[in-house]
Amino acid sequence: MKKSYNVEVDCANCANEMEKSASKVNGVKEVSINFMAQKLTVEFNDGADEKAVMKEVVKACKKIERDFIIEL
Amino acid sequence: MNKKQKRNLIRIIISAVLFSILYCIPTTGLLRELSFIIPYLIIGYDILLNTFYGIKNGRPFDENCLMSVATIGAFIIGEYVESVAVMLFYQIGELFQSIAIKKSRTEIKKLLDIRPDKATIITDTGEREVLPSEVKAGDILIVKVGEKVPVDGVIIEGSSSFDLSLLTGESVPIEKDVGDEVLSGAINVNGVIKIRAEKEFLNSTANKITELIENASSKKAKTENFIKKFAFYYTPTVVLLALIIAVGVPTGRIITGVDPKWNIWLYRALSFLVISCPCALVISVPLSFFCGLGGASRKGVLIKGSDYLERLSKTRYVLLDKTGTLTEGKFTVIGVHHNKIEEEEILKYASLAESFSTHPIAESVKRAYGKEVDKNIVKAVKEYGGKGVYAEIDGNKILVGNDKLMKDNGVTYIKCGSVGTVLHVAKNGEYLGHILIGDKIKADGKVAIDNLKRLGIKVKMLTGDGDKIAKSVADKLGICEVYSELLPSDKLKIEEDVINDKEKGEVMFVGDGINDAPSITRADVGVAMGAVGSSSAIEVADVVIMDDNPVKIGTAISHAKRCMRIVYENVIFALFIKIAFMIAGAFGVVNMWMAVFADVGVMVIAVLNAIRALKVKGEENERTVSLR
Repeated sequence: MKKSYNVEVDCANCANEMEKSASKVNGVKEVSINFMAQKLTVEFNDGADEKAVMKEVVKACKKIERDFIIEL
Repeated sequence: MNKKQKRNLIRIIISAVLFSILYCIPTTGLLRELSFIIPYLIIGYDILLNTFYGIKNGRPFDENCLMSVATIGAFIIGEYVESVAVMLFYQIGELFQSIAIKKSRTEIKKLLDIRPDKATIITDTGEREVLPSEVKAGDILIVKVGEKVPVDGVIIEGSSSFDLSLLTGESVPIEKDVGDEVLSGAINVNGVIKIRAEKEFLNSTANKITELIENASSKKAKTENFIKKFAFYYTPTVVLLALIIAVGVPTGRIITGVDPKWNIWLYRALSFLVISCPCALVISVPLSFFCGLGGASRKGVLIKGSDYLERLSKTRYVLLDKTGTLTEGKFTVIGVHHNKIEEEEILKYASLAESFSTHPIAESVKRAYGKEVDKNIVKAVKEYGGKGVYAEIDGNKILVGNDKLMKDNGVTYIKCGSVGTVLHVAKNGEYLGHILIGDKIKADGKVAIDNLKRLGIKVKMLTGDGDKIAKSVADKLGICEVYSELLPSDKLKIEEDVINDKEKGEVMFVGDGINDAPSITRADVGVAMGAVGSSSAIEVADVVIMDDNPVKIGTAISHAKRCMRIVYENVIFALFIKIAFMIAGAFGVVNMWMAVFADVGVMVIAVLNAIRALKVKGEENERTVSLR
């Protein structure tokens, strides 16, 4: 399953770093951040608990940029 | 400016004012140095904090770290004025960059957003303006002149022309009448109409297209991933080089017995660090891609990710389906030959005789005649499967059909030399002439193929149709390689062969998106044509050409090439300036704050260059005189 979220990321390099960090979260098959459109797209593994996975994804992204904002 | 930007601006002002005051107060020594810590912390606390968190989270090398090391280092060697100045300039640069990017982002987004922003519902109590998202299927809406159609629907009252340029890039208006479907995003040009909403806003064309563009970059190009990898190795390398300048050079000087000049080399190392910030490089690439995708979509070519933009630019082989891609995909009367009476008379007899038939060929004859026929005068209709039809019209015995039907009835007929389906017409045993029916080649077909050839692309045509028809179409278009009488699986086989045999470059398949779905999916670049309103075609393809103009295949490829050039220009330009400044910094030619300015300058130029990708060149070739 694929889902898109609106995010606020300040720098293009941070977006790249976040992608890398978020893609390591359990239950995430693929994650990509479109810096220009300010969108984060997550493809979940089958049967993954979406909410729990997203919590981890946000945590991973905040590690890169502390004031990272996401509309869940 | 958003909250964060405003807060940063206030910080910059406070820190700058304090900095100027402290600079003017005649303090000396340690007191002076310590007092400069206050403006430093105001302007730089977030950088220091981020550095701390970065180290804690196991990613010590980033921009924040570079800035922290450089400015703290400058403080320690007594260059505290410069340290605060550099931090100030850096933050001003960052603020400037974030405002510039945000602005270009909103502008581009606005440009690409083709969604209508209001709808007018007709209720029992009168007209009411609502948001398009509030419209439910079945609602009756009024669309006035100059307004966008809010949701996909069907006209129930009135008629008008519609400008579909937002959807297809094609600005010639299209006439629509009661019963016709209108798509959201179409602009009503000249008449007030009422429509019945068929779909909700979310599933309407305009919203689907806008979403597709906004989510397009989810597939990243190799170039983007290269930059990602580059940034990964870049920062540690730079830090190592800085260490060499700061420690290695003075040590070397000690060994060779010269004055080590620790402070000078440390300062140079710190300038080197400041210069090395990779911001401009990292930002310009996604921005160029974004503008490239946006520019294409405004011309009615949707590219589903920067990955495909890159592949488009490398296309070397284009495999084209014939029906619906190069030809119009429907039967049309293309001529009336050897007629002894008026063309219209022959068409009239034929349409009368075929008036009860719904076969595509019969439909094409009726369309060509273009007038209502009086079915009451048609009697004793008899269909001969695979041959034609017999009817009595006004007491005349009319035969309409192929060679066989004529032979069977002993009519001497003239064989047709052209390719297509032939309908002979005979009245009371006397031959009247024949109607040639075929699939018309699209008006711009030849130009489209010529453009592809000019780009150095190998063109092959694949079709399920017979040899003769395929050859004749290919000859007219100037395509040398033709494969005919193919089943869908044969098409896939040929495609695989091309993909496996290719030396270099990507293989594109162009089809209508419905019958050719497997081939489109298999191709390096799968292109669906004429996809406006067809969501399944949009699903399967990597690149979607919204209208059915084949010239856009070439336009898309040359646009992609141009965008990739802009990407490379930006990368090379930013790298070149960076390296030049880094060398200059290492030899003490430029100082820290000049370096910060250089970084902002490169960023601005890269952004301006990226925005060029919004324009699609070569449109002048698009519209040409019809071949027929």
